[in-house]
Order: sequence, then structure tokens, then C-alpha cells
Amino acid sequence: MKIIATGNYAVAEAVKQAAPWVIAAYPITPQTEIVERIAQFVTRGELACDYIPVESEHSAMAACIGASAAGVRTFTATSSQGLLYMHELLHWAAGARLPVVMANVNRAVGPPWNVWADHTDALSQRDTGWLQVYAATAQEAYDTTLMAFRIAEDERVLLPVMVNLDGFLLSHTMQDLATLEPGSFIPPLHLPHAIDTAHPAAYAPLTGPKDYYRFRWEMERSMRDAKRVIAETEEDFAARFGRRYGMTTEYRCEDADVLVIAMGTLAKEAEVAVDRLREEGTRAGVLRIRWFRPFPKLDLAGREVVVIDRDYSFGFGGVLAHSLCSTARAEPYSVIAGLGGQEVTHGDIASFVRDRRPGEEHWFGVKADV
Amino acid sequence: MAPIPKEEHILATTSACPGCSSSLSLRYILKASGPDTVLVIPASCTSVIQGMYPHTAVQVPVYNIAFAAAASCASGMSAALRRAGRGTRVIVYAGDGGTVDIGLQALSGALERETDFLYICFDNEAYGNTGMQRSGSTPLGALTTTTPAGKVHPKKEIDRIVEAHHPPYQATAVSAFPVDLYRKVEKALTFRGPSFIHLLGPCPTGWRFPHGKTIEVGRMAVKTGAWILWERVHGVLAVSAPSKGPLKNPVPLQDYLGMQGRFRGIPPSLVERLQGEIDLRRAEVLREAGEA
Repeated sequence: MKIIATGNYAVAEAVKQAAPWVIAAYPITPQTEIVERIAQFVTRGELACDYIPVESEHSAMAACIGASAAGVRTFTATSSQGLLYMHELLHWAAGARLPVVMANVNRAVGPPWNVWADHTDALSQRDTGWLQVYAATAQEAYDTTLMAFRIAEDERVLLPVMVNLDGFLLSHTMQDLATLEPGSFIPPLHLPHAIDTAHPAAYAPLTGPKDYYRFRWEMERSMRDAKRVIAETEEDFAARFGRRYGMTTEYRCEDADVLVIAMGTLAKEAEVAVDRLREEGTRAGVLRIRWFRPFPKLDLAGREVVVIDRDYSFGFGGVLAHSLCSTARAEPYSVIAGLGGQEVTHGDIASFVRDRRPGEEHWFGVKADV
Repeated sequence: MAPIPKEEHILATTSACPGCSSSLSLRYILKASGPDTVLVIPASCTSVIQGMYPHTAVQVPVYNIAFAAAASCASGMSAALRRAGRGTRVIVYAGDGGTVDIGLQALSGALERETDFLYICFDNEAYGNTGMQRSGSTPLGALTTTTPAGKVHPKKEIDRIVEAHHPPYQATAVSAFPVDLYRKVEKALTFRGPSFIHLLGPCPTGWRFPHGKTIEVGRMAVKTGAWILWERVHGVLAVSAPSKGPLKNPVPLQDYLGMQGRFRGIPPSLVERLQGEIDLRRAEVLREAGEA
């Protein structure tokens, strides 16, 4: 069905189709519409689900852990401070190998208070063992949320998935959305280690150095296997519903001499910049990173790279830029732009490309370069 | 009344300290709840007592979870089990730190949302797992590693806090009266919704008494009125049998304090304040039970 929806509504509609049995969430701007919409679905009987209105995000993730451990599909949504408040339990959900799916509406981290788009919230959780994916349109947020359940629950993965969408820029903008009936696309959840009193076990007891590393290695092995599962899932999704995304999405990259690399809505804006640059004779393209964990293998040989980070790791640099430096041996022009919802237009992005200085870092809006 | 089952759900091979009242309590709790039970355990002595991977001394599923998250984890688990049509009992077994301090918010939320579970606070009146630092539940005067001159703040009244949420069933217990404990767990599990049992946990290691004296110390806590056994069903309080006599005619508090190293040498002013606190609680219970 064709409807008009915000990114938040798109996520809520996808969750309704995936039909989790337990949803525990705590409201936070700009995620609120997701949980309000879901609470409506449940109240109207459109979604048969226990909606647990927990008293904090820490409890939201803990409740999802408890429910998931009992073998049922679970979902939550949060943003920024809420995600940070969950931090300890993000590690727990992943370490306990629970396929929780969460939407995180990317928002800046305080202080000072700021409710607008920024990726530092999610990227600061990159080592928790969660898969992370970043959507750029309402349709993609919808499709990716559906795929997230299947990927998380695949027995080769059994790790939680965080679907990221930019606060306001995507969460609150109305766009076209084609909803669908997933049918057998998401098989019923079978959690091999679900709690079963007929087969009692101790979950996550004290474990010594001789065994602990084995559990950590199993997580990494599953993270590596997840790439294949993501590819298979995307393939099946494309075959059934006709839309394809990938670990990364490319825009006019085939013959590009210079690539703009970014995540989320900024990378969408960069497509307009690339069209303009090509009119000027610069062969530019956009490589949008969708899956940040597991991180894609990229071949950037022979191309100049301009990376835009809507995040920062203090005393180090842009998280995406440095991820590319270490995995793809790139020497990017690292632009820090869009923090806390800072406006970045396609004109600005075109300027980043024109003024690129490989190996240097540029804070957009700051007069003197660092 | 049906006899207490002979069947054990916790093996004698726990890694508890000698004389630990927690493994004894767990024995009776699991006898009362039976094998269709999940224990949710936050960071606590029980994280250790259950045994170390790949071994376990507990024969029901044990779900270990982060310190502040026991009640909320149990909330999700209970909802999932009920939605799946399973009557499996969800029992949180947390320490006093995990209940009255770091886990209080999650507990309050789970109670307010009428979670179908039993929450048991095993209260050894300090952070036992980390070597006896003070908790909000440490009594006035007690020596801990972070109150080397004796605690100057009174014990937090978790039962009052829980009561304010109006759970259908609430009780206190101590392993020195195992039949009382067993019956209370059995009864708590008959209620749909949240039940709360506050279980005093005499701790030879932390309270500094010989490990053969665990039962005697527990009994003396009741005889002196320092610990009062009661249950509150749908808001109506009844004093339990072992506390009926002591509530009216308690033996001197010193008989309880003197058995334990943690009260040795503390200033008389603190003992006096502690006595005042205990007298106040006794009067409150008597008044609420209509026996004042």
C-alpha cells in the first residue's frame, strides 16, 4: 500500500508487520512517535503484543533481554541519552546472543542539550556487539527494520540489530512509503538457547579466563557470518519486494575519481552535490555506508575520498574517516559536519569536494582548520 | 498443610561461604516454587554461590543479569512467558544492594506495572559480594569496610517503599525459620501480580560470627525484635508466629549485637539510636496489626 509517512511512522509500521510479542520502551525526543504509534497499534488490537511502559531506557533494554531470553521476538526504540543510558545492557544483549531489534533515532549527546541529528550517540556504542545499519529514507527505514528482524534472528547471527535514522531530518519528514506484507520473509523465531525449565541451564554465570575468550570469539565469528546473512536477506528482499540496498549504496560511482563517503541523510544530500559537481566536470560519486557493524570491505584504490562525519571522537577524529583509514587504506579529506543538526546543504558538500585536501581534517563552520 | 518436599533443586556443592544463610534460603525457596521456576539474579553473592561455568549448583534456569536490571529483566521475561502461555514462575533473587540501592528504580517500575513475579531481597545488610561495604540497608552502628567507625545513617526501610506500591503480597522472613519462609514463598506464588519477600540474611563472613551460629543469630534477630516476621496480604498485616511473643516481650538487643563482630566497640550513642529505630518499628507493626 502507498502511504505518506515520516521515518518514525515507517519504523512503527514495519514493527507492526514484524509482530514482536514484547516491546519495552521509554519515550525520548525525537523517537517518541515510534513508541506512541506502537502503543496505539497495541491498544487498538492491531498488534498482539505486550507493550511494557518501562520507567527508563536501562529497564527497556533489560526487559527486552528478559523477553528475548524467553524466546519471543522483541523490539525497542530510543535516541541519544536513552541509548547511552542503555549502554551496559547493550553489551549484555549482544553477549547473551539475543536478537533484539532497536530503532535508534540519531540525536546529539549533551551537554549542551540538543535534540537534532548527530551520529555520536550510535557510534559511541559501536563496540557493544550490535549490528548497526543507517537508513537514509523512510522507505529504507521501513525495509531495513523488516530485514533487521530476520538478520538478528538468523541462527548464524543471533546478535541484536540497531536500525539508525537521523533525528528530524528523517524521523519527522513526510515521504512516500510503500508498505508490504512480509509473509514468510521473516520466519518464526527459534531461539536455540531460550529459557526452558525442562532443560535448565545457568545463563551467563561467572566464567574464567579459560572460557571467556571463546564466547567473545563466537560473537566475532557471528559478526563476520552476518555479512553473508545480510547479503542473502537483501537478495531475498529484492526478489520478493523489488528493492535492494546492500552493505553500501553507490550513486554515480562507476567512473568517479572522487568519492563522497557518509552515512544517513547527509549521504543522500551528497547525491545532489555530485550531480552539480559533474556539471562542472568533476567526476564525483557517493558511497553511502549503510552497515557500519559489521563494517564493509571497501576497495577505494585509485580514488580520492572525502568523508563526512556527523560525529567526532575527541582527541582522535571522525569515526567514519578513521574506520576507512584503517580498513581501506584511504587518505581521506575528513570533514566534520552536521553535528547537533548543523545545516549542511548540497552546496556545502560540493565545496568540501572542490576544496579537498587529502589527509587533512576540516570542521565545517570553524574558521581556522585544525 | 502439605509437608515440605524432599526433592532438592539446589545441590550441596554451592560455592557459598561456610554457614551462608543464602544457600539455605534458596533451598527452601526452590522447594516451594518447584522445578518450573526461573531465577533472575543480578550481581550479588548469588552470582558466585551458583557455581562457576561450566558447572552450576542450581537445577532450575538461572538468568544472570546486570546489577540494576533484575526487576526489569524479570518484567520482560514474565510478559514473554505469559504471552507464550507458560506459567513458569519468575523469581528475582537479589541482594540488598541490588534491591534498595542500585536496583530500586527498576523494582519500583516493575511493582507499579504489576509484573507477575516474586521479588526476594536477600538482605545481608551490606555489599557482601565485594567484601562487606555499607549499603542503604546496613543498620545503624554496623561496622563495614566503608563505615570503619560504624554506620551513622539508619537502615533504609525498603518494606515501606514496596508497600507504597500496594503489591498483593508482601512478607519478611529469615532462614532461621525455614518453615515460615517456605510457606511464605508458597503463598506469594499463589498471587497474580507482584509479590515481595524481604529475607534477612545472617552472614558469618560479613557480620563476623562463627559459621556454626547462622541459625542462632537469625533466631536472636527475631527474639530481640531487630527483625520482625510478618506478612501483608492485600494491605492487611499479620504478625507471623515466631515474632508474636518477641514483639511484646523482646529480649535485650545486646543479646543480638553481642553475637556479632560488626557491632563490637561501636559508640553507645549509635547503639541507643539503633534501639530507638527498632522500638519504633516494633510499635509501628503492633499498631498496624491492631495489637498495640
